[in-house]
Amino acid sequence: MKFASEFRQGKLAQGLLSKIRGASKRPARFMEFCGGHTVTIFRYGIRQALPETIMMLSGPGCPICVTANADLDKAIALARIPGLIIATFGDAIRVPGSYTSLQVARAEGADVRIVYSTLDALRIAEENPGRKVVFLGIGFETTAPTIAASVLQAKEDGLANYSVLSLHKLCPPVIKALLDSGEVALDGFICPGHVSAITGSKAWEFIARDYGISCVVAGFEPLDVLQSVDMLVAQVERGEPMVEIAYRRGVQPEGNTEALRLMDEVFEPCSAEWRGMGTIPDSGLRLKDDYRRFDAEKVFEIDPGPTREPSGCICGEILQGLKTPHDCPLFGEACTPEEPVGPCMVSSEGSCSTYYRYGGGGIER
Amino acid sequence: MCVAVPALVKSIEGSLARVEIGGIVREVSLRLTPEARVGDYVIVHTGYAINVLDQAEGEETLRLFEEIARMADGER
Repeated sequence: MKFASEFRQGKLAQGLLSKIRGASKRPARFMEFCGGHTVTIFRYGIRQALPETIMMLSGPGCPICVTANADLDKAIALARIPGLIIATFGDAIRVPGSYTSLQVARAEGADVRIVYSTLDALRIAEENPGRKVVFLGIGFETTAPTIAASVLQAKEDGLANYSVLSLHKLCPPVIKALLDSGEVALDGFICPGHVSAITGSKAWEFIARDYGISCVVAGFEPLDVLQSVDMLVAQVERGEPMVEIAYRRGVQPEGNTEALRLMDEVFEPCSAEWRGMGTIPDSGLRLKDDYRRFDAEKVFEIDPGPTREPSGCICGEILQGLKTPHDCPLFGEACTPEEPVGPCMVSSEGSCSTYYRYGGGGIER
Repeated sequence: MCVAVPALVKSIEGSLARVEIGGIVREVSLRLTPEARVGDYVIVHTGYAINVLDQAEGEETLRLFEEIARMADGER
């Protein structure tokens, strides 16, 4: 088993689809939280293949997309500090903040380097002892433990020139905020597989218990997604919402306890601003006081100035499942992957980028 | 952002492992998965193994899919 192509077999997909078609009687609205699932659903034409009883909505599970302009502006202001090196994952560099992007700042002379891993960022810090290196910590629970591990590594190695701008976001609080807003009615969640690899499926129990909404944790191959829809349909037809795992090879109920321990050692929850959704309590992570010398917000004076939202962009509503990219007057015209206005068009997992790339897959129901 | 891919652990030295991803060998950190052993498949995200994949569960899931496909065939 290679854990990849086996989970893309067309014959098995047809079997799952015919089971779903046979079982789905009640109309049901399911949200795939994660942008990675949106990509799988569009790439494999899953929306069109599902029966008309099932409506799929895309959720806010794209870390770059939900990062507020005020936070992007902070990163850009940091990049403009002379001599400083910004290390970041590739997606973040093209996202426009209020006035400009890291990419533009780089063209104007800022030292912004795309890395694959915090391990690369640590290496840059080691190789440039006379310069400060700031890693842009953008990501959910999947990514936060890798950033925590880099801070612990820097501490152990005595690296005094490495710090992190922590813009991490946590998934359960934003789902709670989404459900409390009462604006989007849902029967089920496809829960994010790689966030759950860290948090465990237990992180979603409040959704079934307090909101009566079915939850299934899914992997990212097409059969994984179809299995999660099949399990959600079964729950909806039975009328018994609960949390189940359709990705048992990769996710346990209790999660990765070592990763959770490292995350808890370095970070603590704080309120965080989400694009289009405002400030949500305990939905972000900041470095604990013991690790303040690795916290870019404490090490540097950052003054990003006033923020501004791009005019006409509806990313905020798209992220909440209230609108789709087709509702946006900018989509495909003023806003394209080459010239993006909003972050959902920049990130490879953003809804707008996915709709744009798989155009025909974007049919509405 | 949360993209992660399965990789086969080929060798381990301290907290670093050499893993194979689709024929390409690269170095990843096992700091989040100290339990990983040579021969295991791990899920790799941004240079870190974030979990060890469970071979038996993977095979069980595929068996279930095959059973569902057989039942669907029978109904046609």
